[in-house]
Amino acid sequence: MIPELGHFALILAALVSLILGTLPMIGAHTNRQAWIAVARPAATALAMLVTFSFACLTQAFVANDFSVVYVAQHSNSLLPIEYRVAGVWGGHEGSLLLWILMLTWWAFLVAVFSRELPDTMVARVLATLGLVGFGFLLFILLTSNPFERLLPGAAEGRDLNPLLQDPGLVIHPPLLYMGYVGFSVAYAFAIAALLSGKLDAAWARWSRPWTMAAWIFLTLGIAMGSWWAYYELGWGGWWFWDPVENASFMPWLIGTALIHSLAVTEKRGSFKNWTVLLAISAFSLSLLGTFLVRSGVLTSVHAFATDPRRGIFILIFLVAVIGASLTLFAARAPKVGLGGRFGLISRESLLLTNNVLLVVACATVLLGTLYPLLIDALGVGKISVGPPYFNAVFVPVMSPILFLMGVGPFARWKEASIPEIAKAVKWALAVGVIVAIALPLLYGQWYAMTALGIFFATWIVVTALLNFIERVQHTRAGRGFLATAASQPRSFVGMHLAHIGVAVFVVGVTMVGSYQDEKDVKMAPGESVDVAGYHFTFNGVKAVEGPNYVAAQGDFDLAVNGQFVRKMNPEKRNYHSSAMPMTEASIDAGLLRDVYVSLGEPIDRDKPEGEWAVRVYYKPFVDWIWGGCVLMSVGGLIAMLDRRYRVKARAAANLPAGTQEA
Amino acid sequence: MKTRHKKLALIGGALAIIGIIAALVLNALNSNIALYITPTEVAAGKAPQGKLFRIGGLVKEGSIQRQADGVTISFVITDTAKDIPVAYKGILPDLFKEGKGAVAQGKLDGAGTFVATEVLAKHDENYMPPEAAKAVSDAQAGMSANQHVSPSSAEAAKTGN
Repeated sequence: MIPELGHFALILAALVSLILGTLPMIGAHTNRQAWIAVARPAATALAMLVTFSFACLTQAFVANDFSVVYVAQHSNSLLPIEYRVAGVWGGHEGSLLLWILMLTWWAFLVAVFSRELPDTMVARVLATLGLVGFGFLLFILLTSNPFERLLPGAAEGRDLNPLLQDPGLVIHPPLLYMGYVGFSVAYAFAIAALLSGKLDAAWARWSRPWTMAAWIFLTLGIAMGSWWAYYELGWGGWWFWDPVENASFMPWLIGTALIHSLAVTEKRGSFKNWTVLLAISAFSLSLLGTFLVRSGVLTSVHAFATDPRRGIFILIFLVAVIGASLTLFAARAPKVGLGGRFGLISRESLLLTNNVLLVVACATVLLGTLYPLLIDALGVGKISVGPPYFNAVFVPVMSPILFLMGVGPFARWKEASIPEIAKAVKWALAVGVIVAIALPLLYGQWYAMTALGIFFATWIVVTALLNFIERVQHTRAGRGFLATAASQPRSFVGMHLAHIGVAVFVVGVTMVGSYQDEKDVKMAPGESVDVAGYHFTFNGVKAVEGPNYVAAQGDFDLAVNGQFVRKMNPEKRNYHSSAMPMTEASIDAGLLRDVYVSLGEPIDRDKPEGEWAVRVYYKPFVDWIWGGCVLMSVGGLIAMLDRRYRVKARAAANLPAGTQEA
Repeated sequence: MKTRHKKLALIGGALAIIGIIAALVLNALNSNIALYITPTEVAAGKAPQGKLFRIGGLVKEGSIQRQADGVTISFVITDTAKDIPVAYKGILPDLFKEGKGAVAQGKLDGAGTFVATEVLAKHDENYMPPEAAKAVSDAQAGMSANQHVSPSSAEAAKTGN
């Protein structure tokens, strides 16, 4: 009964989203107040209906209702409760439902927090979100109904893919989807601006916090996925240039370009068309990502068993959204205008360079991801584009971005002078070069790439500090240094914190890439192995029992300089319900390094108490990779909470009626 | 500087950057693409020499052997028509099993053994990498075509008489 209610709520939601997508849109166009007023209540109703539907599916999982096909395929009565809840988004149908849940909640939040915005603007934004929601609801109802019944019901479920039975999975998809779907708000704002033809600083100020919020979630979601791959896939990598990872990375690159471009649009009124185009691109790439992942054209851990109808539906939807948006853009962009002028060397031009480079970076990822698909579709052959391609392309494209990150904050708007900037950053350059030469030498091996990475990281941190100090000195006006420092605008503090996050990330990538050490060895109980000064002694393997699996648990002693540090217990698990073995690595995490042990297989399958193939890793600074992402997100959050988004937004709403879009 | 000159400089700069990057991308793409080659094609000598490529197929039953060092493994990848011996040093993925699909990346050595630097199996027990599936279905299509040819050509011969 409850699954049917959930299904019914979804059908109602589709109807409501159609109303939300049409009435307020027409109302805004023809200036009918009553139709415009439909937007907020419809968005609220939509969010409530989808939430109810989602709750129904969750209930089916919690109650082990195996008469629902989706539950029978992705759960099991032995599955712990937290994974039964996470199992809701463990498969195709449920993850789409999560997608649409996020979309309707974003729309709901826009409806709640948009009191300062003109009603026509809100109507257009919510209507755009309603139309996107309608497309996805149709998709769920027509091709991927999670509430489909199994008659007669199964006695037991097939269980959740063991790879997904991990706390990381509970958080990763929702975070990632919040980011993906969050760009729909930036997109809706862009579409509303195109429709009204009015794109000004106030518009940019409204869009910025929403875009920033989506970007924060996407950053955390990607970082979480990377961290999960690191510890759960068991083989110590943190990024594989897997097409699905790329699918989430592309919107991130464009989203990063967008938040910088929005800054220019807000402060200087420039880059208007460009900003709109980026907002459309970011969301289109989110849709493309969904298409790539869900259609089964890609093969990866994320690809679920697929049905070609689904791929075709998303493809049509993708083409419709991108086609309609770009047509609208072509028709209306001249009305929106380019915006203010700026000098050849100015903060605008530096940010434009940043934008071009980020877009180029995204294009290279897109090429590397789609090229094998294209070759395959043309029937020329099957190829794979591997990590070396991406690494070879990414370093030269990202290097100038990292360099500009240090220069940009010193450049004045409109017209900057190179000597002035050079004077401000010369010490940062000196410190960067010294650290870049010295640090790799201290680590024993000097590589040019290591020095380059360390240089950029130092450069970014020192320039950020210099810029911060300079600004504090300028704005002191007789107050104490600390008091002035504490009263800097949040957007300024957030920007530098996020940039320092990038530096931290770069340190992690550089150090782990240069100095990691790994050994694959055969170990008998009592034997030991050394990696980078860490001494591992293998004491054998014992059988342990988990809630829904049995595992062989290795017992290792970790020692440094003859001093015992800790026990490490990696596991090889066998889940009851599926024949899949699973590797659970044991990681000793630290600020400056991780050491990592994984069990391979017993050398003789019939003697698990004997010798095992074992992999041990030394991973310097690897946690800085994710730490850097967290800093970027915190920086974004601080910037998003800047006072002016509230104060001035209210002031803008109090402008005389004539200046608002009628 | 005049506005028009500034614009030209900006556009020129952007074009130069894009040009450099395009050259870089094409170069990287050219040297980092791995072709998929089926075991039948490898046996027919179609594999590139001294260049990385990928083979896909099934891990032949009873073919997995562990060398004395414990971490070098040899096995046979087959598309059911032809077998290719593979050597790999390292730890195999969890789902690597005899009789299941796998994809390996590496090079051929002088003796005709495929020395793999990477072995991929997928993350689902029932999942078959499409490249492996294609190699097997191609080989089987080839074989059944041959089988069809013989009886029908025999028949043609008969009716011709």
